[in-house]
Amino acid sequence: MATLKLTDVAKTYGGTIDVLKNINLDIKTGELIVFVGPSGCGKSTLLRMIAGLEKISGGELQIDGRVVNNIPPAQRGIAMVFQSYALYPHMTVRDNMTFALKLAKKSKAEIDAAVAKAAKILQLEPYLDRLPKALSGGQRQRVAIGRSIVRDPKVYLFDEPLSNLDAALRVATRIEIAQLKESMPESTMIYVTHDQVEAMTLASRIVVLANKGIAQVGTPLQLYERPENEFVAQFIGSPAMNLLAGEIVETGPQTTIKLIGGGTALANVPTQAADKGLKVNVGVRPEDLTAVNDDAPYIFEGKVNITEALGEVTLLYFDRVGDNDAVIGKLPGIHTGLRGTSVRMTAQPDKVQIFHNGQSLHYR
Amino acid sequence: MNPALLGLFTIIIGVGGCLGYFYFSNILLDKVIFPATGKNAGRNINRAEKVRPWLFLAPAIIALGLYLAYPVFATIWLSLTDRSQGNAFVGLANYRQMGLDPKFWEALSNNMLWLIVVPAASTGFGLLAAQLTDRISWGSFAKSIIFMPMAISFVGAAVIFKLVYDARPEGTNQIGILNAIWLQFDGGFWSIVILRVLPVVIMLAIAALSAWLVWVVAQPVFQPERERPGPLVSVVRIVAALAAAFVVIACLRGLVGAVTGTYPYGEAQQWLTIPFWNSFFLMIVLIWIQTGFAMVILSAALRGIPEETIEAAIIDGANPLQIFFSIKMPQIASTIVVVWTTITIVVLKVFDIVYAMTNGQWQTQVLANYMYDKLFRANDWGVGSAAAMVIMLLVTPILVWNVYNARKEMR
Amino acid sequence: MDGMAGGKTSLSWVVNISVVLLVALWLFPTAGLFISSFRTADQISTSGWWASMFPQEQNQTLRTDTPGDPADIPQIDDVYTIDGNLFVAEGQAPDVESVQATISVWGTGSRNIDAYQPGDTADLGDGEAITVQSNGDYVWTSAEPQSGRGQRVFTTAVTPPEFTLDNYRNVLFNPNNREGMAKAFFNTLTVTIPATIIPILIAAFAAYALAWMDFPGRALLIAAVVGLLVVPLQLALIPLLRLHNEIGIGKGYLGVWLAHTGFGLPLAIYLLRNYMVGLPRDIIENARVDGATDFQIFTKIILPLSYPALASFAIFQFLWTWNDLLVALVFLIDSSGDTTVMTKQIVELLGTRGGNWEILATSAFVSIAVPLLVFFSLQRFLVRGLLAGSVK
Repeated sequence: MATLKLTDVAKTYGGTIDVLKNINLDIKTGELIVFVGPSGCGKSTLLRMIAGLEKISGGELQIDGRVVNNIPPAQRGIAMVFQSYALYPHMTVRDNMTFALKLAKKSKAEIDAAVAKAAKILQLEPYLDRLPKALSGGQRQRVAIGRSIVRDPKVYLFDEPLSNLDAALRVATRIEIAQLKESMPESTMIYVTHDQVEAMTLASRIVVLANKGIAQVGTPLQLYERPENEFVAQFIGSPAMNLLAGEIVETGPQTTIKLIGGGTALANVPTQAADKGLKVNVGVRPEDLTAVNDDAPYIFEGKVNITEALGEVTLLYFDRVGDNDAVIGKLPGIHTGLRGTSVRMTAQPDKVQIFHNGQSLHYR
Repeated sequence: MNPALLGLFTIIIGVGGCLGYFYFSNILLDKVIFPATGKNAGRNINRAEKVRPWLFLAPAIIALGLYLAYPVFATIWLSLTDRSQGNAFVGLANYRQMGLDPKFWEALSNNMLWLIVVPAASTGFGLLAAQLTDRISWGSFAKSIIFMPMAISFVGAAVIFKLVYDARPEGTNQIGILNAIWLQFDGGFWSIVILRVLPVVIMLAIAALSAWLVWVVAQPVFQPERERPGPLVSVVRIVAALAAAFVVIACLRGLVGAVTGTYPYGEAQQWLTIPFWNSFFLMIVLIWIQTGFAMVILSAALRGIPEETIEAAIIDGANPLQIFFSIKMPQIASTIVVVWTTITIVVLKVFDIVYAMTNGQWQTQVLANYMYDKLFRANDWGVGSAAAMVIMLLVTPILVWNVYNARKEMR
Repeated sequence: MDGMAGGKTSLSWVVNISVVLLVALWLFPTAGLFISSFRTADQISTSGWWASMFPQEQNQTLRTDTPGDPADIPQIDDVYTIDGNLFVAEGQAPDVESVQATISVWGTGSRNIDAYQPGDTADLGDGEAITVQSNGDYVWTSAEPQSGRGQRVFTTAVTPPEFTLDNYRNVLFNPNNREGMAKAFFNTLTVTIPATIIPILIAAFAAYALAWMDFPGRALLIAAVVGLLVVPLQLALIPLLRLHNEIGIGKGYLGVWLAHTGFGLPLAIYLLRNYMVGLPRDIIENARVDGATDFQIFTKIILPLSYPALASFAIFQFLWTWNDLLVALVFLIDSSGDTTVMTKQIVELLGTRGGNWEILATSAFVSIAVPLLVFFSLQRFLVRGLLAGSVK
């Protein structure tokens, strides 16, 4: 039930060291926004600034149209779930959940109702009188979420909430969070993670942070299909998108690029005549590459160095050609005996990206 | 022989002897008694492994047994015999005699006062110092200074504070800083603020805190069913609550005294001869020494609190005081207990300070000094041992608690 | 960390000032003793140590030079004239140039010590007069040759701060001073060093056995050590003294070394075992696979790795034995007093020299200087040991 607006938000330490700058972001009611980025990109710092745990060095943060730069955390109407859960170790699950409500001098009936509701949603009823140390990791995580729910905040903040869980539990809890969001369509959530699978599966929109700023904001599919720049292109998706250097030879609604190494790429990206001769990088995801016959046009030809059969797909690692990074291909099914052979590969024109100076020509 | 040479000789003999013992006893075990060769090699190795721990432990067990365990029993026996009757068994006669000695009751009641005031004040100051010094840039320097008295002997501290408490005849300059400050008070506005209002505020604060403690400690015992502690813990809680209640009453009485008492303004005071209060002037010395210990331990405990729980509390809307009392204090409660009990043991054994500063005169006697008095001045081993047993008895609950905890931790 | 920025600076001021107050409160007592040990007996008894940093006004009764043989007294204009400097005459300054005091007022009788200003001439009756300058220079004139002792002058003078090492010279290096600390210092040292080293060795072996060897009764022994940690050593006094007498050790160094070893062992074993148990099991098992015996594992691997814990305990035991009074009183010091330690010596001085602060302060500081030195240079280990040693 809340909107957030970040205007030119910046964070500096000691007045000189920039951590974040020029962060502009509009978050609408009911969105689940995921901040994602490499470690040290400032995504947690940004979340903590929204929470009020870090001072905002510049710019303006609005929650529901009210500037909250100097409002203490408790009065911002936010709740936060920490990476380490941050449960109060000396309090029972019930006390953990009611601490904030008691501080806010809520009536006993109100508190009991809120706890009962949260406990029901999170299936915590049997554990209400236990201490955190008597709970499993997943249960603790649910208590931490429950502690947020009882406060009925305008904005939920999650700081890498799944990173302390083991792989199986992580998937299960991820789904629980998704269901939780479904059950509260009006609540706004901000979720920080370094795991792109979490980002892709949970987010209504993803904010990719890099180089002290926002690299791209968009829905998961936008980011996957039409990355704005090489950073996002390579950050989203695994294995990362292949980049091949080349030069535009034909322009128009479709663009043809002559690649170093002899291949030719056709992309559904419109270009003008003036772009002819432009040095560009062509981006193709490994899963979009398909093997072609010897006489068909190809984007890339190379000798397979290593193959990894994963069952449903086989990864092909090619020898490096020229200055390009080693190309990786992903073929459905199991392929054996390709090692050491030379393979030609191509891709559908609508799956091919063109980057000039790191920026996608699609968004020009 | 020159003692220094003798010392050197002893170090060489002692260290060499120890190393030699460990080395040769192991050689003997492996090569002669259970050689790892021949047809019994395997069995011999196993046997040697069974014996070896005891080789390693033997000197320590002998020393501990002889110097700490045996004396406990010997003292029990001594307290039941009379030396002047050829060590005849006299039952509890020594205890009866001690019970009739007003000096013993003075020592015991003083000790109780020490037991409440010194651990409480040291822990309190230590917590304050830890909390404050962790927030400033020059905190580690401040910590060093507050910690420093730990290195100073009780006797050295006694001299230091004798200078602080020194009194000179009227008309001459005071050289003890306490009297110099005291003489600044003349009954005017600041005297009233500092000597009446301030103590009242402090005692009210302590009384309030103690009352809160009474409630916190005693409350679970009276809980119906849900989470009521076991009978042993209940007893401990009741005793602790009673002690805290005693502090509340003492503070309120002191409060009345601070308001109504008349102060001898303008006269230099012999602080160590004022009955009742002089015990506090002695306690200050021990508090001054022990605060650093409490600070170091508690500071480490405070830093061990997960930062995220504090941030969570901030988001939950707790103010700094609530964070301290509701989040930080409960998380370091077990450390506070450790500090408290450790200082309690120091207090029970305190001897040097009283011996050097008043030697128990002017009603400042404590058990350890009383015992020394009986043992070595009156040469009454029976009563002296009985006094030692009283100290032992007071230590026993802590001893049991420590052993219980240590065993729990090992499992 | 208090969430928001507002009021943070004022709060940090409060914190800083509180800590300054705490530090002052904790430092002042020791500072008082330290400063007093560098002041003369006169200075200590006439003003507080806190005043010693500033020039201070001091009332003194000084005498001029003794007149001596009347025939030698110089006559100037038929007047017998003696001149000189009061401070030099009293031996407070070697010569006029080094006089540092400044006389503000002076007098010739104890009733009116502020009768004259510097430069004034006081009439002493019978044709005698004296003029005193602010630096103590005086001219004493008389119609008749002066006789007897020198003329008394009551001065009020401002003297600059002055410190002396004489107290330390007297307490430490004066062979004629029967109350000196030199012997007690060496006695303390003699007690301390063996009493520190021997328990470490014994405890280290025991701690290794308790930490890494498997045998029945291990848990019980550990519990016993924890229990013995808090047994008051008061209990041990009489039984052990009797034991020492029976086996012929009596009172002496051997007895005190043994006693300190016994009393120090529980803490030593507890500290070292806790540390050794925390060493990685892999290292020890690897050594065992490599064919090392327990003795070799202990000396080659455990001991070197346990160095921090050994240092911690060594500091504890050193401080404890150096500062101890009770054990020395009972097990060491006999009626001859030849083996007295510093703590005992100071207690004696408190009885006999209660008012002589220059001796007391200096003696006390001599005894606490070494622990303080150890403390400040090895504080790290001390803190670590404290954290490991408090029973959790």
